[in-house]
Amino acid sequence: MVQTVDYLAIGPPLILALSALAALFLRHAAFVGLVLAGAGEVVLLTGGPRRTFCVDTSCSFVVDDFTLLLQTVMLIAGLVVLLMAQGEIRDTRLPAGEFHFLILAALSGAMTLAAGRDLVTLVVSLEVVSLPVFALVALRRYDGRSSEAGVKMFLVSVVSTAVMLFGISLVYGATGSLFLDRIGAVLATPSPLESVAGVGVVLVLAGFGFKVSAVPFHFWAPDTYQGSPVAVAGFLSVISKAAGFAGLVLVLVIAFEPFARVWGPLVAVLAAVSMTAGNLVALRQRTAIRLLAWSSIAQAGYMLAPLGAAGGGAPLDDLAAATIGYVAIYALMNIGVFATISVVGWIGRYGGGELDDYRGLARTHPLVAVALAFFLACLAGLPPGLAGLFAKIVVFQGTILGGYGWLAVIMAGNTVIGLFYYLAWATRLFAPLPDGVRFGRIARPVGVAIGIAAVGTAVMSVVPQLVLGISTGG
Amino acid sequence: MSVLPVLLLAVPLIGCLAVLGMRRAAVLVGVLTTGITFAIAVAIAFAVDYTRPGTHLVTDAPWIPPLGIRFHLGVDGVSVPLVVLTALLCFLSMIYVARREGTPERPHSFVSLVLLTEVGMLGTFTALDLLLFFVFFEVVLVPMYALIAGWGGAGRGPAARQFILYTLLGSGVLLVGLLVIYGHTSTLDMVELAGRDGAGMSRAVQVIAFVLVAGGLAVKVPMWPLHTWLPDAHSEAPTVGSVLLAGVLLKMGTYGLVRIAVPVLPEGALAVAPFLGAFGVIGIVYAALACLAQRDLKRLIAFSSVGHMGFVLLGIATLTPAGMNAALFANIAHGLITGLLFFLAGGMAERFGSTDMDRIGGGTLAVTPRLSVLLIIAAVASFGLPGLAGFWGEMLAMLAAFDPAAGLNRPLYLVFMVVAGLGALLTAAYFLVMLRRVVQGTSPRRQGVLDVTPVEYLAWAPLVVLVFVVGLWPGLVLVPTVDAVRFYLGGL
Repeated sequence: MVQTVDYLAIGPPLILALSALAALFLRHAAFVGLVLAGAGEVVLLTGGPRRTFCVDTSCSFVVDDFTLLLQTVMLIAGLVVLLMAQGEIRDTRLPAGEFHFLILAALSGAMTLAAGRDLVTLVVSLEVVSLPVFALVALRRYDGRSSEAGVKMFLVSVVSTAVMLFGISLVYGATGSLFLDRIGAVLATPSPLESVAGVGVVLVLAGFGFKVSAVPFHFWAPDTYQGSPVAVAGFLSVISKAAGFAGLVLVLVIAFEPFARVWGPLVAVLAAVSMTAGNLVALRQRTAIRLLAWSSIAQAGYMLAPLGAAGGGAPLDDLAAATIGYVAIYALMNIGVFATISVVGWIGRYGGGELDDYRGLARTHPLVAVALAFFLACLAGLPPGLAGLFAKIVVFQGTILGGYGWLAVIMAGNTVIGLFYYLAWATRLFAPLPDGVRFGRIARPVGVAIGIAAVGTAVMSVVPQLVLGISTGG
Repeated sequence: MSVLPVLLLAVPLIGCLAVLGMRRAAVLVGVLTTGITFAIAVAIAFAVDYTRPGTHLVTDAPWIPPLGIRFHLGVDGVSVPLVVLTALLCFLSMIYVARREGTPERPHSFVSLVLLTEVGMLGTFTALDLLLFFVFFEVVLVPMYALIAGWGGAGRGPAARQFILYTLLGSGVLLVGLLVIYGHTSTLDMVELAGRDGAGMSRAVQVIAFVLVAGGLAVKVPMWPLHTWLPDAHSEAPTVGSVLLAGVLLKMGTYGLVRIAVPVLPEGALAVAPFLGAFGVIGIVYAALACLAQRDLKRLIAFSSVGHMGFVLLGIATLTPAGMNAALFANIAHGLITGLLFFLAGGMAERFGSTDMDRIGGGTLAVTPRLSVLLIIAAVASFGLPGLAGFWGEMLAMLAAFDPAAGLNRPLYLVFMVVAGLGALLTAAYFLVMLRRVVQGTSPRRQGVLDVTPVEYLAWAPLVVLVFVVGLWPGLVLVPTVDAVRFYLGGL
């Protein structure tokens, strides 16, 4: 059987993969590749949905609104990561060519994942995201902590992949298909293998739990963030996580929809535990990067919450749209925080410095300080960070729609805990400048990176409908 | 589509952004902006025909379809007095800041934050969409936090943090409650929801939603025992911050109860109202006893707010039109009087270096006679001397408690009324004690302390005049609200 390939549909990830190779040798190839991929994305945005690699009516690679939204967000976040990394590459003597190659390779994996509609494509692209990241985390070869972080992440990731593959094999055995839509159709009919499929569903869920660093699968995250370059930590916390959620939503909503009563309550518990544990531990953190690591665990809890309400019988598409909307807005505001902390850079033993190192930033760099305060307000979900507020309202709506009032109340309590530490950080920015402290000049690429994230988040504050209400169906 | 409510929000917002780039002219621009906003508010007050039912000057446009939020603004007799009060207090605050000796450090940030607070407050009082109301409700938090944390007194850090965390907890619960309403009715339109009288929601749902909504708002009111953030925040805030906190922010809570909780969830209100009333009267007595023990003028005024808001809660808890009118009237009166009291406390602090009553040391009537007379007027107005603004709201609230809505336990409300009456007596007691300690007696010191300056007169006189006018002619506030309450809360 000869398949025709729709090259336009697979264009953006393909361009990224090719430019990754070129970036090994050419200095600006990475940015050229990103711009070309972005152009491809614009063309796709103007057209209708596209499907390719099809067998009968089931397709492995689909470009619909869901895919386009995630791909666009990932591209923007990837651009910000590359820009903010420029200063760090120079200051900490990272190999530039390898860095660009690895980032672009991982990014192309993430973009493919958002379009994948069968289990093998999802697993392979998830590994394409993970493998370069191991190397990126350990890229400061002279630093023992960097290698430790790389090994830790590698071990956890391999275990989670093994668990997920085992789950997939069970699901495949029970349903006889790898296409998400066919699995969904088969699972909807009663069969004696239901319990086998149920175990498979739970194992796949656990595997994704590692990828999105939900409690109790989160132990790798703080140490890995701290050991890796700041830009790589940003990549992990935004693009990796978005990819994980894309896969999770696709699998749960399309393939495992008939089992919503099985996985729904599990996801709800994961969500509640993640946000509570993440926030409580984040309260105790003194360094920027570890605080962000724990806060991103807590944020994963908010993103899981609407999916957790699936057990209540609410329309799954609405719940998935809530999760994806939150992921998109979170990606923009969180990458902004990482871009700003790369300004403070590598102070003492911590990338991004300690929270106390931010005292007085507003006195010398008012714009950067205001941007960081804005991003933190967004993460806390308080005006003027309207983007974050709308994201919170969306997940609250989804949770209550599913009839999970208790989860919404836990979430309300958690927003207060979250505000406590975001606020503690933001107020330090406006404190008087301690004697003898100087913040260096801001490199132009880093300034541009902060600007892109700030504009993106500001746009989300006014017209969040751009990313809200988009589900896997359309 | 009406321009006025949009302008009401747009003018301070533009001013808030424009001021950021200025240094010297910031305060002047602030005065101009708040002045124009006040003029718009007055224009709105005259543009509304209060005898016609429904909301007026409506602007309704879709904003974020996936969330269901509409940019839906409008006013009626319930909100107009509060809008005017807000704009007036912001304007007077700016005049007060414009004094040569009163200009704060970093004036552009200060003015910008005050204007942002004004946007949030005015938006809260004009929003007719549940989530839009919530958004504006939240807008106020961060600038007010920054005002306290950046320009407050010695203990400002913890006070500001306590304020924002406590109130955010309240708003989180409020959001859950609002979304429960949305989940069962599929609309966020307050007017439509109020017209339905709770149709589509079972009694259990209404009770749960009412507990969530009223519980969230009660933090802001603040209702005893959720009031513990208030004394610190009010006493540590800069003068202007205290004025706005006490004068306007607290009203956002009671306004939410009247606008959303009671009309949208009538059965829930019937079930929970006795608790609101009970907590209200406990608050009245508790605040009075706490005030008797205060040594600091600002803390005393702050605690007195808890008591006054207790009367407002009692009025709302009767679920009768008379009670609602009493509550709305007491809201306005408290805003005028307590705003004035905080201004005067700020003036005392500037002249005597402290708001501690022992450090002021008594006998101020001999040193600064005019300031002291103003303090006496504000204090006697606050404990409800007939003929001044404070009298009507509290008397009407007690009167309404004599005859609560059908379905409520009348003997219980009679107990409330008696306890509230005792509280009113205690209120008079602590204000008189305060006056004796501060104003009367012999001064241990100082000649040459400046009395009220012309600019201060400019900032304070409108409040003094209004305290008399509203006291002698309560119809000024009651006439618009009586009709609006009848139309809007027709189900009562």
